[in-house]
Amino acid sequence: MKKNIKMRKIAGDFAENKDIAKKMRIEIIMPALSKGDEVCLDFEGVSGATQSFVHALISDPIRELRNVAFDNLVYKNANENIREIISIVYRYMQESLDGNKVG
Amino acid sequence: MRNFKGFAESLDLSNPGKLEIATHDKWVTVHPANLVISAALAIQVGKSNAEIIGDVPETGRYLDRMGLFELTQTSSPFVYQKKEEAGRFVPIKVIKTSVDQSHFITDVIPLLHLSEKNATVVKYIIGELVRNVLEHSFAKNGAIVAAQYYRKTNRVSIGICDTGIGIWKSMNTYWHPKTDIDAIKLALTPGITGTTRKEGGTAENAGAGLFFIKSIAKINRNYFVIFSGSAQYTLLKHKKRIKGMPRLYADPARDPHSETNLLPSFQGTVVAVDISLDETPEFNDLLSSIGDVYDKAIRERKREKYKKPKFI
Repeated sequence: MKKNIKMRKIAGDFAENKDIAKKMRIEIIMPALSKGDEVCLDFEGVSGATQSFVHALISDPIRELRNVAFDNLVYKNANENIREIISIVYRYMQESLDGNKVG
Repeated sequence: MRNFKGFAESLDLSNPGKLEIATHDKWVTVHPANLVISAALAIQVGKSNAEIIGDVPETGRYLDRMGLFELTQTSSPFVYQKKEEAGRFVPIKVIKTSVDQSHFITDVIPLLHLSEKNATVVKYIIGELVRNVLEHSFAKNGAIVAAQYYRKTNRVSIGICDTGIGIWKSMNTYWHPKTDIDAIKLALTPGITGTTRKEGGTAENAGAGLFFIKSIAKINRNYFVIFSGSAQYTLLKHKKRIKGMPRLYADPARDPHSETNLLPSFQGTVVAVDISLDETPEFNDLLSSIGDVYDKAIRERKREKYKKPKFI
């Protein structure tokens, strides 16, 4: 099953409210991914997002579910800035997860 | 902003129950950071214990426009048309919740009348800094914010202040910094958060916010100041004659900066940022450069944990 989430409707024009990101993660994203569903975050109409917001939204799915999150979490209509922030979070989460295995 | 240290040095915080604000008798020119500290202290002591003393010159009407008189028992001596307020500034605002913050981002930042590209940068900076206050400062009076656009220099100056626990206490649970300046430098280091020692942070915190803001200021060749406790860290302006994008460092000690740990101890945190709109590169390019340094910092810390060969 595929779950479409209209980000603008929930997070507004500029996605910065981490409380909203946390709620989305706990109530929508994690349960859907854990069931094996695909989750599509649609950023149509969202002009920007902070790194903190994106971190609160997707870092835990990456940390907890790894490949399930990489395979089943997709992003639609994200502008260049939002794509860059999502990519940054993907990169540093993977770097740091590997790091936490060591030592 | 380069005179901010002089302002911080002149603070007399010996009487926590009373606030007197004095200005130069000939002119008043203040950065929003100076305003938000004054406002935060006025809110802390209460309106009846805060006053603006001495003769305030004509240019002091700016303090009125920005809302400082309203936070004190002193009546404004200035009379002007309210419509004059349609200038490009954000007067002193108090933000106590994440809902207040979202309203501020949506409804108040447009008062600066910036292009969409520049508004994104300002929203980003204020969004991250205010969130830091709401989440980490435990300030009962919230975040105090003000901003000003300067047409002549095509620059936006932002000040954000709280009277919460300060950066040292916020970092102390996991990192035990010795001094206020050590705590500020830790808070500026990518991947270091006051909420865990784990790489990658927690589900809610990555330890990236202040590093991103400092880096945005550096790439835009502007000042960035943090004042908390007795310490001030000032990122110095990257010289214009040096071509190309300024180099970013994970270690804030490597950036051209000044620091002191000898200021009057301020219980709380102030962050001041200037953004030159002429210098703003494409935001995604800027984010990409910051992200690269962030990754590198994590990789380097990871390498430090690798087992070393035993050479005998």
